[in-house]
Amino acid sequence: MSPRGGGTEGLLPRSTSYGALVGLVADALMRRNVGWRWYAAFGVTLAMTLMLAGCVTWLFLRGLGIFGNNTAVVWGFPIANYVWWIGIGNAGTFISAALLLTRQPWRAAINRFAEVMTIFAVAIAGLFPILHLGRPEYAYWLAPYPNVMGLWPQWRSALVWDFAAIISYLIFSLLFWYLGLIPDMATLRDRARTRLGQVAYGVLAMGWRGSARHWQLHDAVYRALAVMALPLVVSVHSVAAMDFSASPMPGWQETIFPPYFVVGALFSGFGMVIVLTALVRLGLGLQAVITPRHFEVMGKIVLACSIGMGLSYATEWFYAWSLGSRAELVHLHKLFGGEYTPLYLTMLACNLLAPQILWIPQARRNILVVVCVAIVLNVGMWLERILIIWNTLSHGHLPSMWSVFWPSIFDWLVLAGSLGFFAMMFLCFARLLPAVAMHDLGKLLRERRKES
Amino acid sequence: MTALLLAEFRDPETLIAAARRAREAGWKGLDAHTPFAVPELVEALGLPPARIRPIMLGAGVAAAVLTFALCWYSAVISYPLNLGGRPLNSWPTFLVLCFEAGVLAAALAGFVAFFAFSGLPRLHHPLFAARDFDRASQDAFFLAVQDPKVDAGRLALLLDGLGPVSVREVAQ
Repeated sequence: MSPRGGGTEGLLPRSTSYGALVGLVADALMRRNVGWRWYAAFGVTLAMTLMLAGCVTWLFLRGLGIFGNNTAVVWGFPIANYVWWIGIGNAGTFISAALLLTRQPWRAAINRFAEVMTIFAVAIAGLFPILHLGRPEYAYWLAPYPNVMGLWPQWRSALVWDFAAIISYLIFSLLFWYLGLIPDMATLRDRARTRLGQVAYGVLAMGWRGSARHWQLHDAVYRALAVMALPLVVSVHSVAAMDFSASPMPGWQETIFPPYFVVGALFSGFGMVIVLTALVRLGLGLQAVITPRHFEVMGKIVLACSIGMGLSYATEWFYAWSLGSRAELVHLHKLFGGEYTPLYLTMLACNLLAPQILWIPQARRNILVVVCVAIVLNVGMWLERILIIWNTLSHGHLPSMWSVFWPSIFDWLVLAGSLGFFAMMFLCFARLLPAVAMHDLGKLLRERRKES
Repeated sequence: MTALLLAEFRDPETLIAAARRAREAGWKGLDAHTPFAVPELVEALGLPPARIRPIMLGAGVAAAVLTFALCWYSAVISYPLNLGGRPLNSWPTFLVLCFEAGVLAAALAGFVAFFAFSGLPRLHHPLFAARDFDRASQDAFFLAVQDPKVDAGRLALLLDGLGPVSVREVAQ
């Protein structure tokens, strides 16, 4: 990943000790006063969360008509938001597991909050299809349960697969995250000075004693989970892609969709991790263990994903052109000469052009540049998700049905509210739980001492 | 009751050396307590292998097979639905669900097996009362010995030259 290979250089302060690394992460949590910035951020995101709750209540009372969805573009914002959030959610567990298995030393400082990002993002993503149901009270009909109607779910439907994939991935990610958290809970239990802290962290630590037997079992389960996490992540976003590609719509019915969505998920997920890494680094004062090298390596991955996205777009265009079907050709013409073309070109610029600056080594090492690219590409990825829906559904097989999508105010409020909800949960996490895996930092320090 | 002895070290490398000596002396009831995983200790202490992955595999395969059976039963026998003349037993479409269920069941089984094998959760343990044991989760590395023929003096003798920070008996 780096010219310095798997070395630990530039990842830890020059002179440090096991105790100092633990203190660096744990002391921020033990502080009683966190400063007005945290409270201000919490207040704003809480207000956004309440706004989301209000919008959802209104949605349940009034129905789907409050959104901009029309008879042709039936999928609108909720499904685009769902795909965007699940894409972000794909990266966290994947990053943590893939970097563990490939023994990347820079995993230690970022895996914990990447996993948390996954859990929150997948949980939010899972809400959107339910909000979009129109009759959300029947969402549980997707599950096979004994019922007096004698009905079963339709196993051949990608939507049923999607339901199973989201639930499995969410539970799996929770288990994976919590298992990695247990030793750190023991550390906090032993450092906590208040009775409440000792009891709360002590219960979460489950009586962990750091015994060699504990660690051996922990390692065996954790690594086995990491091995399973990789195909699981690929399956989750592949299934999300099949929601589209298993339909006969122009622009959707393509075999490139599952890999194209998986690359896009890693792309936006790494983008979100970069943004969160910068925030955690600044907010918790972790400049010593989250270094420019982390941003450099993540910048390289983003660059690689951007090229993958470019290949996917080109494959899409080539398919549409080479198939020669009228609907596919119309779709291609509408991409570059339709109502949404300015947005489509913006999307291409965000996803394909902006990351190219990361070819320059100085830009990769500049945290501000990498973060700006990450924000831009996440905007681009959201545009991509909404345009996949708009471009296809606005110009379907039947020209008399063509119509343009105009978002309503509730579309925007729910999107903003979901971002606020995510940020609020992340703020709570950063305040209450260790944002960096302390035991992984200890392992990293031991590795460095053995190197020298 | 056999005395529980603790020897404290400042770095994992010395702890590994101490664990090797104790094992070569043929002592029983050896364990170590470290703030992070030290994989060499498994061999140094002679711990039995963690047979947790076969359980995960078994649970995963069982869940996948059960899921397939569920899909097959409902699609072919209980609720046959003719969709454009496609076969009722459209098994390739069932496999996605089998995979998701298999992974989920394997993860849950591994999680449960981890707690069952490690004896956790156990919120009270004599070790927690030992002096400085709170540092076992931060920056101290402990060797634990529980062997009827070993006392603190013999343990200190064995560790001669390794420079333990302390050698103590834990009150039980």
